[in-house]
Amino acid sequence: MKVALFVPCYVDQFYPKAAIATLELLEKLGVEVHYPKNQTCCGQPMANSGYEHLTTGCNNLFIDNFSGYDYIVCPSGSCTLHIKEHLHSPQSEDKATEIRKRVYELTEFLVDILHVEHLEASFPHKVGLHQSCHGLRGLHIAQMSELVAPAFSKPAKLLDMVQGLQLVQLGRQDDCCGFGGTFCVAEEAVSSKMGKDRVDDHIEHGAEYITSADLSCLMHMEGILRRQNSNVKVIHVAEILNHSIQ
Amino acid sequence: MSREKILAAVKANQFTSAELPDLNVLASLTATDANLVEKYTAIASAGGSFVYEVADLEAIKTILQKEFKPGVQVISGVAGLTDYTDAASVVHELSHSFANVELTILQSNLGVAENGALWLTEEQMHIRVLPFIAQHLAIVIDKNNFVPTMAQAYEKIGDARYGYGAFISGPSKTADIEQSLVIGAHGPRSLSVFIIT
Amino acid sequence: MSSAVTKDHAELAEIFNRDEPRVDWHDETLWWVRAKRDIAAQKLPEWELLRETASQIKNNVLSNLSEYLTQFEANAIKNGIIVHWAADAAEHNQIIHKLLSDRGIDRMVKSKSMLTEECHLNEYLIERGVDVIDSDLGERIVQLAGEPPSHIVLPCIHKKKEEIGDIFHEHLGSAKGESDPKILTETARQHLREVFLTRRSALTGVNFAVAETGEFVICTNEGNADMGAHLAEIHIASMGIEKIIPERKHLGVFLRLLTRSATGQPITTYSSHFSKPQAGKEIHIVIVDNGRSIQLGRKDFRNSLKCIRCGACMNTCPVYRKSGGHSYHTAVAGPIGSILAPNLDMKKYADLPFASTLCGSCSNVCPVKIDIHDQLYKWRQVIVQEGYSPKAKTLAMKGMAFTLSSPGLYRAAGKMGRFTFKYAPFAVNNGMNPWYKHREMPKAPEESFGEWYKKREGEKR
Ligand code: SF4
Repeated sequence: MKVALFVPCYVDQFYPKAAIATLELLEKLGVEVHYPKNQTCCGQPMANSGYEHLTTGCNNLFIDNFSGYDYIVCPSGSCTLHIKEHLHSPQSEDKATEIRKRVYELTEFLVDILHVEHLEASFPHKVGLHQSCHGLRGLHIAQMSELVAPAFSKPAKLLDMVQGLQLVQLGRQDDCCGFGGTFCVAEEAVSSKMGKDRVDDHIEHGAEYITSADLSCLMHMEGILRRQNSNVKVIHVAEILNHSIQ
Repeated sequence: MSREKILAAVKANQFTSAELPDLNVLASLTATDANLVEKYTAIASAGGSFVYEVADLEAIKTILQKEFKPGVQVISGVAGLTDYTDAASVVHELSHSFANVELTILQSNLGVAENGALWLTEEQMHIRVLPFIAQHLAIVIDKNNFVPTMAQAYEKIGDARYGYGAFISGPSKTADIEQSLVIGAHGPRSLSVFIIT
Repeated sequence: MSSAVTKDHAELAEIFNRDEPRVDWHDETLWWVRAKRDIAAQKLPEWELLRETASQIKNNVLSNLSEYLTQFEANAIKNGIIVHWAADAAEHNQIIHKLLSDRGIDRMVKSKSMLTEECHLNEYLIERGVDVIDSDLGERIVQLAGEPPSHIVLPCIHKKKEEIGDIFHEHLGSAKGESDPKILTETARQHLREVFLTRRSALTGVNFAVAETGEFVICTNEGNADMGAHLAEIHIASMGIEKIIPERKHLGVFLRLLTRSATGQPITTYSSHFSKPQAGKEIHIVIVDNGRSIQLGRKDFRNSLKCIRCGACMNTCPVYRKSGGHSYHTAVAGPIGSILAPNLDMKKYADLPFASTLCGSCSNVCPVKIDIHDQLYKWRQVIVQEGYSPKAKTLAMKGMAFTLSSPGLYRAAGKMGRFTFKYAPFAVNNGMNPWYKHREMPKAPEESFGEWYKKREGEKR
């Protein structure tokens, strides 16, 4: 199995720990992981701002980096979804199509492809799981509250395998955190209010950590938590799943 | 003329055909004869209706006697409930003249268990404004006239012709002020449903 | 007509957010409505099939709209209804004004119609000396307050009962300081009963118009549409061309979805089917295009015409809940408004498709399965392509695209970017970084993952 690790730009720059945990976790599970070194960004920041037409360069670079792998795994639901929905290239559309089929967010890769049923991990804390919108409603890594359909959650399933971890129930199981790419600065007032309310829900329900399969949401919530001098921390789900038994 | 202009623009921009879906699956999924009166009663009561199961019209009169003061204006469109002003006898009067009606009693022949709605056409209302302008409304229906959902209700209505018809599912209400439910907006302040068993 | 709007959604939302307890209250109230919708939907195991069916019926409608419109018109005429066609808002308003002035009528009672809000009918008629009274309680409240509705189903959801008490005290003579919803509703009932009994003309909206029969259906809880229509000599119903459904039995799909999605009730109190006028009275229908046929031709956006105006997408939208309906500065607010409005005026409403995080909740509560959040994304592309995006943003985006297309530049920029935050995707185009107002910056790590990985490779060798 040839697996490539896709580390989105902001994870690379600001949250290398999450990417390291993703890499280590996959290796622990026996996967040989390649990291294409010339990768940058999926192009989502431009596209979501209305500049999808400027993403040709990003797309071609992405295709150069990630063609020929069986799977491309990414610790961010949002970037995964962007590739799945919007990676195109007039020059090499068949390569783009292959990549769109083969790109996976980390937790869905662990559950659907590796069929992980057991993890040697321990994290004796109360944890709130933030369901990131793009992973939830775009990739369906969990069931959204809007639909009349059976419940499931791939990240929760994995977190349940971690010793000592206690998931807290939230008041609103899948309301958006308000990050939204450039929305977070263009609509600063609403964005930070949304983030505050999300964070409060976790705090009220006793979470010591807020986790998610998407770092962009966590980055947003961390910004708010740190402004409030809160003790509650954010942690990417890979870091928990990779948290060894001490 | 705008008509031609609009229709031409619409026609030019219509996209290729899409078939109508089959409604039978939904109709059969929801088809049931079980406990319709019970379900109706639960849902209608939750929606603010007072539901009574009664043996006959006499029993209705007894209840109404208890609930309404003597002397108030009551109009009945129900054959057999003749102690009151007969709706058929006042059809030619101005709608506004019913402004002081305290109670209207009407017949329905179709009730919907899933939502507490009762179907009445102009024929049963006699005058369109009657079920709306009265302070209170009572509707009489036979226990065998219930269907499970709106799917079956429209099957029963079929291609019947009417000038006006309405599903009525409770008293007039509003929640426009801070989402707090208030019964008695512009229409009747109560709906009593008499199910003849 | 209201004067040209100078503030965009973000500015208006910022003003709304200055009163945080009020934002919380607004958010909680609408979330509660969303929760009621969830409970109602969960009671029907066939819910998702029902949505899919409704969506397919609407597909069929949009594919055959001109035929259905002609069929509806013919049947309505057969039923004794008089049909008018209005290409735009101005014509709609003229038709209605003429119907009234021809009959010497200068007072009208109106039930809820978002179309007349879109056309600014009230202002038009009032300027011409016609007294218009909205009879839906929520609409009456905002009308007395001199505001437009902030929500298509819950017009005064932004108002607190104390404020409504003050308005009623001033205009309807209720006791000073009275804020009990029961008493205020009773005050409105008495006031509007007098209105219903004295108006010769009534205007209503239309929820569904059935091509097969020529009848149209209006749904209310208050009974105000019926009180108005049955007591008036002339009943005028305004409908957009998209309100058509093919057959009567299709009501059995839409009426199951509409109110459950809107408020969580299984159905409205009244679902009134108007087919023929009462003896000696008139029913007129005004069929309005006002940009809809253009939207129909926009492949990516035509599905927005499936909307049955339930408001569920607003109740679930976190941005709507936390910014209020008025911040959308258009008749139909929220997610659906944001995909409808740019069709009418792309420049004026260029901000609305950006007033979203693209969380996708709207598309999944929508009873007719409109791909609302995908359309928001697509409108963004159109708006940028048509040149309605700020120049500075375009420049910044170009710079970013250039950097991100080149691994070397990206690595160099990253080194600086981690410290200046300048190249973080979300901080683009902002000298005064708004992120920082309520949020700390991420801490810059010692090294990027790329750098760490390179080192590890080195160690391995
Ligand atoms: S877009 Fe869908 S959810 Fe929103 S108002 Fe229209 S029908 Fe309802």
